[in-house]
Formats: sequence, structure tokens, C-alpha cells
Amino acid sequence: MTDALPGSPEPPEAAKRLPSLSSLVRVTEMDTRLLGMLGALLVIWVGFHIWSGGTFLTPRNLWNLSVQTAAVAIMATGMVLVIVSRNIDLSVGSMLAVIGMAMAMLQAEILPRWFGFDHPMTWIIALVAGLVMGALLGAFQGVIVAYVGVPSFIVTLGGLLVWRGLAWAMASGRTIAPMDSTFQLLGGGSRGNIGGFWSWIVGVIVCIGIAALLSNGRRQRRKFGLGLRPLWLEISLGAVGCGVVLGTVAYLNRYLLPVRVAAERGGGNIPFGLANPVLLTVAVTLLMTFIATRIRFGRYVFAIGGNPEAAELAGIKTRATIVKTFALMGILVAISAAVVVARLNAAVSGLGMGTELYVIAAAVIGGTSLQGGIGTIQGAVLGALVMQSLQSGMVLVGVDAPLQDVAAGVVLVLAVAIDSFFRRRAT
Amino acid sequence: MTVTSETTDRVPLVEMRDIRVAFGGVHAVDGVNIDLYRGEVVGLVGGNGAGKTTLIKALSGAHKADSGEIYINGTRATIETPRDAKQYAIETIYQTLALAENIDAPSNMFLGRELQSRWRTLDNRAMENAARRLMGRLNPQFQNLMVPVSSLSGGQRQSVAIARAVHFNAKIMIMDEPTAALGPAETSQVTSLIQQLKAEGIGIFLISHDIHGVFDLSDRISVMLQGKLVGTVNKSEVTKDEVLAMIIMGKLPGTATRTELADLHR
Repeated sequence: MTDALPGSPEPPEAAKRLPSLSSLVRVTEMDTRLLGMLGALLVIWVGFHIWSGGTFLTPRNLWNLSVQTAAVAIMATGMVLVIVSRNIDLSVGSMLAVIGMAMAMLQAEILPRWFGFDHPMTWIIALVAGLVMGALLGAFQGVIVAYVGVPSFIVTLGGLLVWRGLAWAMASGRTIAPMDSTFQLLGGGSRGNIGGFWSWIVGVIVCIGIAALLSNGRRQRRKFGLGLRPLWLEISLGAVGCGVVLGTVAYLNRYLLPVRVAAERGGGNIPFGLANPVLLTVAVTLLMTFIATRIRFGRYVFAIGGNPEAAELAGIKTRATIVKTFALMGILVAISAAVVVARLNAAVSGLGMGTELYVIAAAVIGGTSLQGGIGTIQGAVLGALVMQSLQSGMVLVGVDAPLQDVAAGVVLVLAVAIDSFFRRRAT
Repeated sequence: MTVTSETTDRVPLVEMRDIRVAFGGVHAVDGVNIDLYRGEVVGLVGGNGAGKTTLIKALSGAHKADSGEIYINGTRATIETPRDAKQYAIETIYQTLALAENIDAPSNMFLGRELQSRWRTLDNRAMENAARRLMGRLNPQFQNLMVPVSSLSGGQRQSVAIARAVHFNAKIMIMDEPTAALGPAETSQVTSLIQQLKAEGIGIFLISHDIHGVFDLSDRISVMLQGKLVGTVNKSEVTKDEVLAMIIMGKLPGTATRTELADLHR
């Protein structure tokens, strides 16, 4: 047995030496895998910046990148729970199409018959209908998986074909446009953002949140007599976190509205500010992190992934839990569908084609184990950012489309290979 | 000619009557009667495939019996799921331990019965606290509770499984091969725990394929062979060899010849 007891005395001279990188990581309890991903992201960004001759890291490109990442990131947070519970959902791309098509037809063709165009209720009805539809389609697939016992791979492979076909059948392959003008705000664009001032406010709120989390954690640890991190470290952690947040806001705020649009709003240098889909992504990430780590449902999903039999014997309603994960996935697909349709200002039956692979790749690159039981929400969001950075970067430097797929595929396999190598060494 | 216990005038804590479980025509458990009293340890022994685990799964709710009746404190009980069993204060320590390897010890202890805050969020600190207090009693050397169970030793895992059963005030405890994976020190820890639980009035079914593991701890011993109950004997009235004869040959004490008993040791 080599069980190291916690608090086993370190050699005393170690304390006197300067902290090494690995001991710093240990003391700060930072997630090494998350740090690794941030490192990879940095390499990708700087690499493309140099390769593209200095355009990748411009405020304009990063702002676009943030908006493009939103749809995949939102779905990836749900995919984490699906994969953690030892399932998979291959249907998200097609489901995005059928829900997007339904929301588009509602606001462009059906609701205007009663309300006329751009009625204030239109976007709300369309959005709620989409969310309900997502929950139902997801739950439907979940019921077949959990209660009928068909493997999720097969059920959602069927879904991939069925939903795509229905998306086409609904409008006979037509393009549905335009969207309600309020609904369009969900997609970002020159109007769908909160402007420079409110971006600063959001940044400050996030900073207060970071400080509150750190001090609350410290208070809890003291209350239960657990070891405390040195105060200077807590303060520097908070300072680094706030610095990154405010720095991001400051940098993105340098992306200004086109002169013509700015003139409509009184002229001058008006920043875009954070885009609505990005705020939506942040909100979804926080909520999903809460669901995954702070409530029973999330704990059960992880327990089922770790040992389904044990979960059942512990009295967990495992089947109902699986249905809920698929329903939640469906709701997140609906949110992404709203973002995509609003951004395109149109719905076509080819919407979200191939997206399922990006969503699964984002979750897996973010550390979700396909064996189940392991995965984090923030990892998946970072994974989505990595995938989208690669894709955007390759578009920027003009890589041919087929070669983009080659690169994305290679990176996915490489990332998982590196990860499993380190995981083997750790155990 | 089952040897009756001196406790027949009391109401048994658990009584399983004429339990039958079949898997596709194979009678894994075939009309078994078994009972358990307060503060008593009943060893349930038999070779591999004798039906011990299947019988006990009917009590723990892991697998529903095809027919038969279960009485808890003299009243008919319906046990179809593990949740039902927990309602009757039946706690089970499975041979596989039934732990989710990817989550930590307190989360496993409270799995399915998590402590929650007012806002219905998980109260992880309270669960950790309760786990630490209980573990201080069960296995004081085990301190690193907050790591995934997959990185724990066999003895520590066993402690987690036992802690889960102990924490929720079980009245009936089922232990399936509780010491199979343990070293001598940990085995004696489990042994003293069983004696302690017994003193608190908890009834315990101790399941083993091997008589040596349970003989000293048991008050009575029920032997199964090929899905049927060979018999139940008071430990004080039999020798290990006689129980062994029941396990291997299905012969009750007194019916096996001296040579047959001697053959067991060849």
C-alpha cells in the first residue's frame, strides 16, 4: 500500500526553496488539465496570429470567435452530462435543424398571420416553443434509451437521420426568413450586444463573483478546520482572475461598430461590447456547472457513469435520470438553435450539419471520458473554444475546407491520445 | 429435522418464507425459509452457485423474488427495489462493494440519500463532516476522504461500504463476503464492528462461501446447496466439520458418517 496520508510531513528544506511549478499547481489546487488546455489554446492563438500575419488576435477576430463558439459551447455543456452517464447523443446537429426550422417557421410564417410582423410576443412564443420542443425530443430519445433499452448510439443515430429529414420536410427544403427583429438579438451582430459600458459592468460583476467565491471558500475551510492557502496566494489568484476578465473586456471593447451603424446611435467610437450569445454561453456554463456539481441530479449522473449498478443499488432512479439528461441536452440544443437561426437570420434544412461531431469533440477535448463518469462543464466550454479557434484560424489563413476537416480530426485524436497518456501515468 | 433456535417464541426481525427465484428454468433459489432475530448473526453459507447471494438480493431489493413472502417484525413486507429495502432499515454491503469509483467517499456514503441545504443544493461540507466522524470510529487511519474511491486501497473501500450501511441506522444488515478482500488487521476490525453492531441489537446476515470466515461470529448457520436450504443449525451445537458436510454433501449433523467427515479433509 502506498497510500500517502494527507499532511504527511514534507522534507523541511523543500519549504525554504522557491516553489517549483508543480508544487505551485498543487498548493493552488488548480486543475492541471485545465491549465494544459489553456496552454494549448495559447499556442493555437499565437500560432495563427503569426501565420495570419497579425490578424488572429485582433479585437475584431476575437469578438467573432467568441460569437462563433457560443452555439457549440452551449451544446457541449449538455453533452458532458450525456457522455458522463455512459451515453452519447449523435442527433444534436439534426435536432438543431428541426428545432431551428420550427422556431423560424413560427415567427416568419405562422405567428404573423395572427399578430402581424414583429409583434412583441412573437419572439417569446417562438423561443419557448423551441425550448419545449427540445425538451420533448430529447426526452423522447431518452425514454427509448432508458426504458426500451436501445443503446443511445443507435437511438441518436436514428435521430440524426429522422430530425434532419423532418427539418427538410417541414419547409420542403425552402429557406425560411426573415426572423423577428427582437429574436435576431439572440444571435449577436451589430445590434445583438450590450455595448461597452454594460460590458464593463458585467466584467466588474464577474470580478466581485471571483472575490466572493475565494473568500467564501476560505471561510468554509476555516470553519471545518481544513488547511488554508496562504493569503498572498489567494489575493494573487483573485487578481489574476479579475485581470483576465477585465483585460478581455477592455480588449474586446476596442472592436468598434461600423461608422454607419455608429452614426445611427449618435456617432463616434462605439464599441460592440460583449455579444448576447456570449453572455448566454456564460450564463449556461454557470447554470450547468451548478447542475453538475451542486445538486442531486448532477451527482446521480456522475454516479451512474461511475458504476450504474451501484447507482441502482443506492436507490437512484437511474432510468429517470438518463431521460432527464437527454431532455436537458434537447433544451440546450434549442438554445443553440435560437442563437444560430438568429445569427443567420434564416433557417435552412442543412442547419447544424456535422455539428454533433464538433460538440462531442469539444466535450472530449475538454476532458470528458467516453468510458463515462468523468468530465467537467468548464472543460467542455474550453474544448469548444479550442475547436472553434482551430476552425476560425484555418479559415483566416485560407486553408482549403477539406484540409480543415483533416486538421480538426487530427487534433481531436491527438488531444485524446495525449490525455490518455497522462491519465495512465497518473494512476 | 432443522435444529430450532431457542428464540422461536420471539417475533423474528426478518422471516423469508418459501422464496423462489428462477433464471430461465434454473432454480437459483428453490423454496427457501430463513429467519433472523434482533442482535443475532446468522451465517449464510454454501458453495459457489448455491443461491446465497440470489436469496439475499430478494431481501435487499436488488432482484425481486418470483414467489414467497418476506416478513419484517412479523408484518408482510413488499420489497421490489433497493429503495423499498432501505425503507425497512435493511442495509446491504455487497461483495462488489457497489461503489461509484469516480466520486469521493462521502458522496458514496450518502449516494441516493444526500444531505441537502435549505436551497436543495448538496451540503458537501456536512456530508464530509459526518463521514469524517464516522470514519474516525471505523477506520481512524483513513484520512484522505476527498479523493475518488478508485484511488483507495481495498480496506479503505470496504470501510466506505460499511460506513454507508452503518450511518443510516440499519436494523437489518446484510454483509456479502465482508472480509474477502481484507488483510488480517482489517479483518479483525470488521469482526469487532460486527460484534459491536450485534450488541446494539442489529440483526446481521453474514454471507460466505467458506465456513471459516463466519463460524466464530455466527449464532446460527444456515446452509444452502443447489438453491435449497440444507438446514439451519445453532453454532454451539455443531462442529466446523459438520457444517462442512452440510455445505459439500448436503448432510445434516449426525447423518454424515465418520469416514465421510474424514474425507472432507483429504
